[in-house]
Amino acid sequence: MSVMYLVLPLAFVGAGLSVWAFLWAVRGGQFDDLDTPPMRMLLDDEDGVAKKDS
Amino acid sequence: MSSGVLAAEFAMSTEAVERTVAAAACSCTHCGLPVPAGLAEDGADEQFCCGACRIAYGAINACGLGRYYALRDAAGVDAERAKGTGRKYAEFDDDAFAALYVKERADGLCTAELFIEGMHCIACVWLLEKLPELCPGAVECRVELGRSMVRVVWDRDAVSLSDVATWIDRLGYVPHPARDGAARKARREADRRALVRIGVAGANAGNAMLLAIAVYTERFNGMEPEFKFLFRACGMALAVLSISWPGRVFFKGALAAIRTRTGHLDLPIAIALGIGAVAGTVNVVLGIGEVYFDALTMLVFLLLVGRWVQRRRQEAATDSIELLYSITPMRARLVVGDDTREVAVESLDAGAVVEVLAGESVPADGVVVRGRSSVDVSVLTGESRPVDVGTGDEVCAGSVNMSGVLRVRVEATGAETRVGRLMSMVEESARRRAPIVTAADKIAGWFVWVVGSIALATFAVWLVIDAGHAVEPVVALLIVTCPCALGLATPMAVTAAVGRAARQGILIKGGDVLERLNKPGVVLLDKTGTLTEGRFGLVRWVGDEGVGPMVGALERQVAHPIAVALRELAEGDDLVASDVESRVGSGVVGVVSGRRVAVGSERFVASVATSGAERFAGVVREARESGLTAVLASVDGRVSGVAVLGDPLRSDAKDAVSRLKGMGYRVRIVSGDDPSVAERVGGALGLASEDCLGGKSPEQKLAIVEEHLEDAAMRSRPVVMVGDGVNDAAALARATVGVAVHGGAEASLSAADVYLQRPGVGPVVELVEGSRRALRVIRRNLAFSLGYNVLTGSLAVLGLMTALLAAVLMPLSSLTVLTMSYRSRTFGQHSDGGRR
Repeated sequence: MSVMYLVLPLAFVGAGLSVWAFLWAVRGGQFDDLDTPPMRMLLDDEDGVAKKDS
Repeated sequence: MSSGVLAAEFAMSTEAVERTVAAAACSCTHCGLPVPAGLAEDGADEQFCCGACRIAYGAINACGLGRYYALRDAAGVDAERAKGTGRKYAEFDDDAFAALYVKERADGLCTAELFIEGMHCIACVWLLEKLPELCPGAVECRVELGRSMVRVVWDRDAVSLSDVATWIDRLGYVPHPARDGAARKARREADRRALVRIGVAGANAGNAMLLAIAVYTERFNGMEPEFKFLFRACGMALAVLSISWPGRVFFKGALAAIRTRTGHLDLPIAIALGIGAVAGTVNVVLGIGEVYFDALTMLVFLLLVGRWVQRRRQEAATDSIELLYSITPMRARLVVGDDTREVAVESLDAGAVVEVLAGESVPADGVVVRGRSSVDVSVLTGESRPVDVGTGDEVCAGSVNMSGVLRVRVEATGAETRVGRLMSMVEESARRRAPIVTAADKIAGWFVWVVGSIALATFAVWLVIDAGHAVEPVVALLIVTCPCALGLATPMAVTAAVGRAARQGILIKGGDVLERLNKPGVVLLDKTGTLTEGRFGLVRWVGDEGVGPMVGALERQVAHPIAVALRELAEGDDLVASDVESRVGSGVVGVVSGRRVAVGSERFVASVATSGAERFAGVVREARESGLTAVLASVDGRVSGVAVLGDPLRSDAKDAVSRLKGMGYRVRIVSGDDPSVAERVGGALGLASEDCLGGKSPEQKLAIVEEHLEDAAMRSRPVVMVGDGVNDAAALARATVGVAVHGGAEASLSAADVYLQRPGVGPVVELVEGSRRALRVIRRNLAFSLGYNVLTGSLAVLGLMTALLAAVLMPLSSLTVLTMSYRSRTFGQHSDGGRR
């Protein structure tokens, strides 16, 4: 069980890193607009195909 | 909408464009509105209703962006798209403008945020983001559809912002500078902070839960005390972090509640968090008793999520309304010598002369110095009939110039104008309105006292029974009764309802609106635009056999509001008129089926027809008495028919009014229109004549609202004011619930609590019915939460509550409340009445 003294801190570091990543994304404005990006992504795809066709 | 729309869009290809054009030969290729007969081109595939549409269509196709139309048709957006104005946007290049709205980036490029009028769907996103390909010098154009905004980045040396704006205009959208950037930025920052709190609280809750599960297994398998302490200590660290960082908002709220001596849900939450954290820490240090860190962190997380969802929903409504604020004119065409220059309205002084083109609104109060036109003053007075003005007549800011070009000498601007004075009245009214205490806060007020007394009693009783274990049940009681479900009950029900309403085109600014509509009261309807179509239509036709279709055929050739209404007479007939000659302001003559037909005013028809007029004299008199317009028709010199024209009732108005009455509401018409018109409309709706009030000024409307508010019998019953103009704004702000309808003026939008995106009274009924259903959901949620609290509270008092049981019951109750809120039908999705 003494492995806990190693695993627990490691788990906390992992959790801390993911929280930090989330905060970085939020502060970078990645959650400001949740409506347009999903549409934009699909439109660009379609557009690329169309360009190849013509 | 996205996934369904896209699936359909991929299935269709560009031939959709051709198909639509072929199917609707007489609707505009760009905007889908009907094309006036005079503008229709024979044999052309593309038809346009106006020059702006032709320009937009040309620009879009010339740039190889024709796919826009396929995307748009696949998205299934209805007509009424904004059209470009053909303006030059010269004021966008002013230094004053740049100082306000333009930011220079570190790399030398400029960036500005613009509100875009007329942006609806995926096709608009696609088109606008193509801007850099069209307009050399524009570097980037990013659309934020939810807020109807674009952020443009451009190279100042290559292109000016006015050119960029002109391009956007040419594509058929009208750009407006996004006002109030500071407020929006502050809100975005607040949004981000809320998300950060949720993220931290969520991570803490998840990890605390894992650690707690490890401790719970100890019951079954046993665990060395050393590790039990380790897990409990780690859980404590997480809980302290969660409570002191994201959880701080609850303590702030609780402090504010104490300071203002009002009940607020934050107060019991803060007490539970504080006691739970302190008791848990003590237990960890001493190595005894229960700890509740998992429940506490989960509590913080769930409550924050609930608040965020509600906040997001209300912002969506505010954003849509904010766009509409930005649409009001901020510019004027100042006449300088022989030329005109676009300037900001604020820079106008008394004595300046401005030009007002047809379709524009007058920027300031003043006197007409040149030109003749008819002016729509409905925004100010509620009068639906346009007023004719000529040199020397006064015009008010906010009224819309309908036909000719006017030059106006400015006499008053800004707050000095009639509109400005009305606006200060609106602010005054809004301030005087009593805030309402929401049901959840009302409960929170006595909740603290009840739980507090029970806790004290429990402590006293246990002190007698078993002094060593007197603290445990008290801590358990405070934590398990912490209003987690209670805190989510109202926000969730409100959020679900407001979201559903928004999908039905009903934008609700605040959740308290639902609670304000808890009992039936009075609905005051403004006639213009809510009950009637707001345009000329055929009310009645009396005439000889076969004359109707001839009149209709003749009018098909003419583009005039009256002619458009009369076309209905020829529906299904294919008579063609020839030798059509229209006399401005009086009538039309032409030949249909070889017979000479004349349609127009009484005087005009009398000049071409010598007999038969007396047969219709009764109808004409009747029409005039009820405020309608009568148009006579003659065939071969004999008067053979009369058409009565007016603003017809909306098809859903009667049904809506009777449903409101059925719910116990008193329905009254309070209109600025002529009393005879109000009475005719009210009569058609089955309202008593004392409930049809016409000719009311804005001040009188406000007085009527106040009268109803003070009416003893109506106390605590809502007064719902429905209106659209500046003339209604003060009344809207003062009423219990102000509802601004489709196409309303800025003032009414800012004053109202609810904005209806669909025209008519139907949505008002839906609002009332939906609010009732939403309130029922709120009450059910609250009852459930209280029941849950009674159950767990009793267990805690009896000393039977364990940390494991609390950890299971707490999220369970919250989940139930969430499910109940989102599964319940509030707005839309119902078919009673069978209207839609």
